[in-house]
Amino acid sequence: MTRGNRPLSPHLQIYRPQLTWVLSILHRFTGVVLSVGALLLVGWLMAAASGPSVYSKVAPYLVSTSGLIIIAAFSFALIYHLLNGIRHLIWDTGHWLRLREVYASGWAVVILAMVLTTTLWIIVLLTWSDAA
Amino acid sequence: MNLKTSLSLALGPGSAKGGVRHWWQQRLTAVALVPLAIWFLVSLLSLSATDYESVTYWISNPLNTVLLIIFVAVLIFHSKLGVQVVIEDYVHGHAVKVASLVLSRFVHYAALIAGVYAVIHVALGD
Repeated sequence: MTRGNRPLSPHLQIYRPQLTWVLSILHRFTGVVLSVGALLLVGWLMAAASGPSVYSKVAPYLVSTSGLIIIAAFSFALIYHLLNGIRHLIWDTGHWLRLREVYASGWAVVILAMVLTTTLWIIVLLTWSDAA
Repeated sequence: MNLKTSLSLALGPGSAKGGVRHWWQQRLTAVALVPLAIWFLVSLLSLSATDYESVTYWISNPLNTVLLIIFVAVLIFHSKLGVQVVIEDYVHGHAVKVASLVLSRFVHYAALIAGVYAVIHVALGD
């Protein structure tokens, strides 16, 4: 369909960022990121199924600096998407839809996601230093 | 009585009749993924992921095998539904949109089969 040179409505960059739409688009963005993560998860399982020689070639990438940063990013994406997904499911039941509740639950999701991701990685690093 | 013209019926504008099904599937897979994702994260914490022996030992525990298969299958189904909506919303141009949707389906179905097969292969392997 051709739209010609008709005038456009004000576009995204003209609006002041608001928690509501920022979290909404972050939910989609983390969802797409996690879809890529799902493919990597399948790749990891395939590596495990391919035997020790293949797995020993893949494993070092998991604990390389860039590997750990990527896994940390995936863990934040998963925790955020999980928490905000629960928020969406609560909305689907018709609850927490007042603006005050939308903002309160939104900030709760942001703070909880950061706290849980940090806690997760503190546990990971502590477990590692114990093992070392 | 149907007041639509023959042309309108043939072109089929309006509801595609699949929206409710998609919506429900997305919600049900989301609900299932809440405990599954938490289980998966917690399991990874207690796993030495670089060690082939401990990874395959963990996968071949029957409870873990079953939960992993369910997790991978539901995860990829949920991913398929989500990516579909993102493509429908943001990819413009009919040909590119249809091609993206088809490609997304192929990738998701391939990942589903690969993921489930890999888990079974490890679980049944020596």
